[in-house]
Amino acid sequence: MIDTKKILEIIAAIAKKIEAEKDFLTELDNEIGDGDHGINLARGFKSVEEKLPGLADKDIGAILKGVGMQLVSTVGGASGPLYGTAFMKAGNVCKGKKNLTAEEFAAAFEAAIGGIKMRGKAVEGEKTMLDALCPAYKALKDGIDGGKNFLDALKDGVDAAAEGVEYTKTIIATKGRASYLKERSLGHQDPGATSSLYMLQTTLEVLQRS
Amino acid sequence: MKKLINSVEAVEEQMILGLVKSAPDKLRKLEGGNVVVRAQKKANKVALVSGGGSGHEPAHGGFVGEGMLDCAVAGAVFTSPTPDKIFEGIQAVATDAGVLCIVKNYTGDVLNFEMAMDMASDEDIKVDHVVVNDDVAVQDSLYTTGRRGVAGTILVHKIAGAKAETGASLEEVKAVAEKVIANVRTMGMAISPCTVPAAGKPGFELAEDEIEIGIGIHGEPGTHRDKIASADEIAKTLLDKILADIDYKNREVVVMVNGMGATPLMELYIINNFVQDYLKEAGVKVYDTMVGNFMTSIEMAGFSITLLRLDDELKKLYDAPADTPALKR
Repeated sequence: MIDTKKILEIIAAIAKKIEAEKDFLTELDNEIGDGDHGINLARGFKSVEEKLPGLADKDIGAILKGVGMQLVSTVGGASGPLYGTAFMKAGNVCKGKKNLTAEEFAAAFEAAIGGIKMRGKAVEGEKTMLDALCPAYKALKDGIDGGKNFLDALKDGVDAAAEGVEYTKTIIATKGRASYLKERSLGHQDPGATSSLYMLQTTLEVLQRS
Repeated sequence: MKKLINSVEAVEEQMILGLVKSAPDKLRKLEGGNVVVRAQKKANKVALVSGGGSGHEPAHGGFVGEGMLDCAVAGAVFTSPTPDKIFEGIQAVATDAGVLCIVKNYTGDVLNFEMAMDMASDEDIKVDHVVVNDDVAVQDSLYTTGRRGVAGTILVHKIAGAKAETGASLEEVKAVAEKVIANVRTMGMAISPCTVPAAGKPGFELAEDEIEIGIGIHGEPGTHRDKIASADEIAKTLLDKILADIDYKNREVVVMVNGMGATPLMELYIINNFVQDYLKEAGVKVYDTMVGNFMTSIEMAGFSITLLRLDDELKKLYDAPADTPALKR
């Protein structure tokens, strides 16, 4: 079970992780985008971190929604609306909940991905964050459905996301600013897929600690 | 990084404040956001809202005023403004006639404006938008996000702005904006990169003898790298690509030779010298020419050429009065 306290811990840890990886993400974005992914996400998650104490007594739905709104209003670029929508959609699914089962976590994750697809009008294989998130969801869901315990299933999800990031090096971008580079985007890993991987890794790390 | 700034965090706000203080009787900044509006809200007309990342000055705040925009929303450097700020801008200038948002075709700009327009619609504000995609350097296909919106956006501001001042309906203003978009083409290049203040170092590097052809306005790479050539040869490369895209022969055009920020006017005039002769040879009639910094990329050195194909309606609206800090007619 994941309770509100764990959710708050995960968000705070993601903020730390993004801050730590800010320069690397920006570096990746310099190669195939406009070099602001790390800067923007770090600015957004810093403001999320500052908001967290005010969300401490809320339910998981309200926390995730609050995180999403904060990201939308502080990140800018494409990643603000995309991650913001993802957290808000996940929040909708968790409305009123103080605890999440494995299945509920998976449902929230699925809703988040749906939000990104809807807002970004993108699918898998276009060299975006979806190339980390979609395989991660599938592995997590397969694990849970196959009777694995939640942490093992989540570990499968993180591994699949890491493979997804590697996969983005082998494909040409067709969405986002990297799409203009055509074959010049080959060989570069997608910054959005990378930040998505960090969020999943951090979630796993926090949950493994307890 | 060597820049005339006070702190990285304050760049955008101090820039906007400075712009507004350069025309205090005409411009106003909204509280709590980098949103520029006209000092006197104009009723009974469609309100025009544009915006995008900072770093493109004078775009977009410099084009707020009579005959052009009603509101410009500035994001962080090279980063789209967020939906809440765009929404505040829309709300501040909305009239019963409605609001038209002029958005450059970048994924971030489009997504943030779409969210802001959803918020405005929820408040019963009549709002619509156009997406400018004038950059011929990048391929417009199913396999890209489509062409980028660059310097041609200024001509959309000018002509749609003039149309709005006539009291035309939202549908009519949108239609004329789309007519401009259908007839305007741009291509740019860079000889040296720019540094986003928060990043502290250049977004890309070019060797002493290298140039980037087809560069975007955020320092993002273009179509290819080339060896430096003469101004005329480079201008020819860009013009050929534009002229091949739509038929300009025997048509009247507005020419814009736009500096990327660090290009001296001396060089822009040298470019223009070639552009005018080359267009004449190609049978394109120049109706008017704009030379200067209109849509920049901080201190990038380079330029873009924009051609707008005119008809009688566009010509009349282009000639209509405009009184903004960066463009007067």
